Amino acid sequence: MAKVKGEIIVDTERCKGCEVCIPVCPEEVIAMAKQVNRKGYHFAQPTNDLCTGCTNCAVVCPDGAITVYRKKFTE
Amino acid sequence: MAEFKTNPEIVQPENLVYKRTDLLTPKALSYCPGCGHGTAHRIIMEVLEEMDIQDKTIGIAPVGCSVLAYEFMNIDMQQAAHGRAPALATAVKRLMPDKFIFTYQGDGDLAAIGTAETIHACNRGENIVIIFVNNGIYGMTGGQMAPTTLPGMKSSTSPYGRDVHTMGNPLRITELVAQLPGTIYVTRQAVHTPSAVRKAKKAVRKAFENQKLNKGLSFIEIVSNCNSGWKMTPLKSNEWMVENMFPYYPLGDIKVNEE
Repeated sequence: MAKVKGEIIVDTERCKGCEVCIPVCPEEVIAMAKQVNRKGYHFAQPTNDLCTGCTNCAVVCPDGAITVYRKKFTE
Repeated sequence: MAEFKTNPEIVQPENLVYKRTDLLTPKALSYCPGCGHGTAHRIIMEVLEEMDIQDKTIGIAPVGCSVLAYEFMNIDMQQAAHGRAPALATAVKRLMPDKFIFTYQGDGDLAAIGTAETIHACNRGENIVIIFVNNGIYGMTGGQMAPTTLPGMKSSTSPYGRDVHTMGNPLRITELVAQLPGTIYVTRQAVHTPSAVRKAKKAVRKAFENQKLNKGLSFIEIVSNCNSGWKMTPLKSNEWMVENMFPYYPLGDIKVNEE
């Protein structure tokens, strides 16, 4: 069966830590980092490999900090 | 917690499905964390990119939180005096009828000081798009009461809540302009969830398609949060918006003229 896997890249300097992306992720991939960026915001980061590349997080991100990649794996 | 490493096999240019549009400048947006303005900017720019009209579009920046919109939108922009964006848009459209003109305004700009310009531009049926971001408050100046502030809602100039007996009722300007014959498409959208963002983007697309066909004025209200002005976290303010703003400002199309 083909499996779709995604990956998100967060522009950590652009992220303002508003956390809007966290509840919209159906796979609960995103969490806030303990570290802060140069502006002092805790930034969003992926914490597991369950991402399906649905783009929900990127669509609601007010600052457009998230880039989404998706690839189909056939077994 | 072990640091999660991204899979380099997936992160390849051919697998890219979503990235920030290049029509937004690389500058960091000046909005507060979680503010709906950023998302509203992005969906407009994405629509322009999809329609490939970025070189034919002129945006009118307002006064308010989005006063620096011309810094973030990588298209031709004009700056209007407070509330006068529809008047300026009228002039630009009449001088350059082949260009796509939109105004981007907040509720203090469009529904307070610019009420006359808004209503008359809508009544004349100018062939422009008006994007109206409503957060029920004057955000930029420090959370003062706006015409769209809800009854009982606290703001820095109504610390005991808006009293409708002395301060009047909230103005539903979107319903007001829907009654005018000049408007062709009037809708109210939001940008707090992925589905709402996608619907709002469809509405913006439809508005620009209407302008392409010279149909008339399209008016899109985007109900947004103002977490700084409402003194809440971004997520809390979105919840508060769903519970309190949406009953008074229900989402959906108000007027669709299909011809």
